[in-house]
Amino acid sequence: MSSCKYDAIVVGAGIVGAACARELKLAGLNVAVFEASGTIGGGATAAGMGHLAVMDDSDAQFALTSFSQRLWSELAPELPADAELLPCGSLWVAADDEEMAEVHRKYAFYTARGIPVEVLDEHQLAQAEPALRPGLAGGLRMPADSVCYPPCAARYLLEGIPVFLNHRVTRLEDIDAGLTILATGTAVTQFVPWAPVAPRKGHLLITDRYPGYLTHQLIELGYLKSAHAVATDSVAFNAQPRATGQILIGSSRQFGTEDPVIEQHMLTRMLARALEYMPGLANLQGIRTWTGFRAATPDKVPLIGLCPGFDNLYLATGHEGLGISTSLATGRLISDEILGRTSEIPREWYAPGREFAHHE
Amino acid sequence: MNSRRSVTGELRAPLCGMGICFECRDENQQRTCQLPFAPQVRSPRSPGIIIVGAGPAGLAAATKLRDLGLSFTVLDDNPTAGGQIWRGDLARTQTLGSDLITGTRVISIDAEARTLLLEDAERAYQLPYTKLILATGSRELFLPFPGWTLPGVFGAGGLQALVKSGLDVQGKRVIIGGTGPLLLAVAALLRKKGADVRLIAEQAPLASLSTFAKALLRRPAKLLQGAGLGWTLAGIPYRTSTWVTQAHGDESLEAVTLNTGHTEPCDYAAIGCGLVPNDELAQLAGTSPHILTAQTGDVDLATLAGTAAACRAAGHPFNEAPLTDARAFDAALRQAFTLRPELRNLAAPDTFVCRCEDVAYSRLTPWTSFRAAKLQTRCGMGPCQGRVCGPAVRFLFGWTDTSVRPPAFPARIATLAKTEGDL
Repeated sequence: MSSCKYDAIVVGAGIVGAACARELKLAGLNVAVFEASGTIGGGATAAGMGHLAVMDDSDAQFALTSFSQRLWSELAPELPADAELLPCGSLWVAADDEEMAEVHRKYAFYTARGIPVEVLDEHQLAQAEPALRPGLAGGLRMPADSVCYPPCAARYLLEGIPVFLNHRVTRLEDIDAGLTILATGTAVTQFVPWAPVAPRKGHLLITDRYPGYLTHQLIELGYLKSAHAVATDSVAFNAQPRATGQILIGSSRQFGTEDPVIEQHMLTRMLARALEYMPGLANLQGIRTWTGFRAATPDKVPLIGLCPGFDNLYLATGHEGLGISTSLATGRLISDEILGRTSEIPREWYAPGREFAHHE
Repeated sequence: MNSRRSVTGELRAPLCGMGICFECRDENQQRTCQLPFAPQVRSPRSPGIIIVGAGPAGLAAATKLRDLGLSFTVLDDNPTAGGQIWRGDLARTQTLGSDLITGTRVISIDAEARTLLLEDAERAYQLPYTKLILATGSRELFLPFPGWTLPGVFGAGGLQALVKSGLDVQGKRVIIGGTGPLLLAVAALLRKKGADVRLIAEQAPLASLSTFAKALLRRPAKLLQGAGLGWTLAGIPYRTSTWVTQAHGDESLEAVTLNTGHTEPCDYAAIGCGLVPNDELAQLAGTSPHILTAQTGDVDLATLAGTAAACRAAGHPFNEAPLTDARAFDAALRQAFTLRPELRNLAAPDTFVCRCEDVAYSRLTPWTSFRAAKLQTRCGMGPCQGRVCGPAVRFLFGWTDTSVRPPAFPARIATLAKTEGDL
């Protein structure tokens, strides 16, 4: 390592790259970040909602999200104000009895694992979020979840670390460092063509400021059906209160496109879905829309760790919609592996060389 | 005049007077400068040629299409036809009759389906077009200086527009500043309405203006316009190489300081640093054989450009020579009123550059692109969508921003969730 200018180079200044660089720096490595664009956190980090959530899709996902949430809460006191950390909690909204059964299943799952959760009935839900339409079945409140503003959180994580903007890596051989960590989101396939990562497009809209309109990050439970539907374009109701009083409205999921254009038909479907849950949104002003690309893997678990076939190349990508949530845990796992430390959660679950049982 | 509190609690009042800056919006996010003072006109028809903008270019296009016997619809966000130069012109509004729809914004353009998504105060609807003529005119360039967010500091065209919409300036002490021939027209209007215009501060040096005067001599009609203004403006001091460096006041304007060091008490300041095209819709639409853009500029150029766009839309021949000539004149004008580099240094570290989000100058200087600054500071992320700070940071830092996405203006969620047209 000593013959190189840096011990480690992280490629990608998104929040995952930022978290990796920070952990390596804290471990005493001489680290720098190369970013192809002119912006810190300008890719999926800028496009994402910044929802810091614990999820239960798989054991691997639960372990990573809950571990990361603990790291976020440790970091919280030092985060700058513009990272807009808002401890609003999440509220999974159940529209009918079938989804209410899912609420109870989740309640049992989280309670068994020591995650604070609360079941809300129809009336408690209406009380918690009066702007939701009447007649919903209930919900699951996860009070420890929060939201943040990712580009500023990424900038904070990179403080004191050399970041070379507009520095595009074309060949890994050109990197003069002992180790390289690829935190390039969907662009990982430029370097590792076999990496099972595909772009999954999403649309978002943000409103003008309406302080108090919304209290929790709201997600419909139908979201799970939507998030798992790989074959078709899907939308789900997702609404988030920002520290500014603005409301961020999502979400849409599409495979098979890399065109960032706003697709009116997807925007329309996404907002129509939001209006089904929250009719009062109709009269609020939407001021901006954008799209982004999630780095999706077949099993919905990211690729974190040594890249097969290399002894000095690590991957930190494939986080799909949970990159902000799980960035800190990703950085910790990467540095544990590089430094030969034991990790708090099983690293092999995220190993890039694992077998992928294809979901449909 | 409506006022509001900014996100950091400053008292704010209108700046642009033409529906761009969103400083005058009420609790329902409605821009009070655009509230109808004439009956709102709504008679959507389709399909046909649609002209967006009922200013000089749009009106010229409408006139030409009417001459050619073609049907068309003119859309405008403003309460009446006339654009800013003829704002509140009820005669021109009546001339268009049912071919005009006012108080209506284009929210999105689907160039493939040839459809506009429109919103007015109450409704949203889609309107198909055969050809689209974008005649969206210009807005002012506003450059930040200490105190420019005080109520009482307007754009030059901004105060002109507000006066045409009924703002009373009788007996008000006004300083006019910035650059360009617009300052003279604003001074003439204000004096006519009883204002006490204390000074016209033109930033351009006398030498550049002399060049411009020579250009004027080649255009007798322009010279006559100038002479007419000269008569109206007699007695108002006109100082070249002079600009406002600071505005003072507690919660509203009380005085301005000039680069000469002199401080002048005043009630209003009207400051415009030239014009920038409203090209958001053109950017949103992209290039299409069915979309024509009428170049903006002074009235003559806009009129010729509107006529040319109408002829192209109709497949009718058009004599390019006068348009070329008007463009050359416009270029000479811009050359004469080039902004001096000192204007880049007016903002103090704590001067807000983005008025929607109250982003101070010193927060922008660490960044090297508008996108980076936006993401890190929220500059340009408010309801004006960067229409005010975008051109300013372009001048201050050389930053450009090409990302225009729907909604072209803030719009109700219900509008954006619209699935089918209802005419």
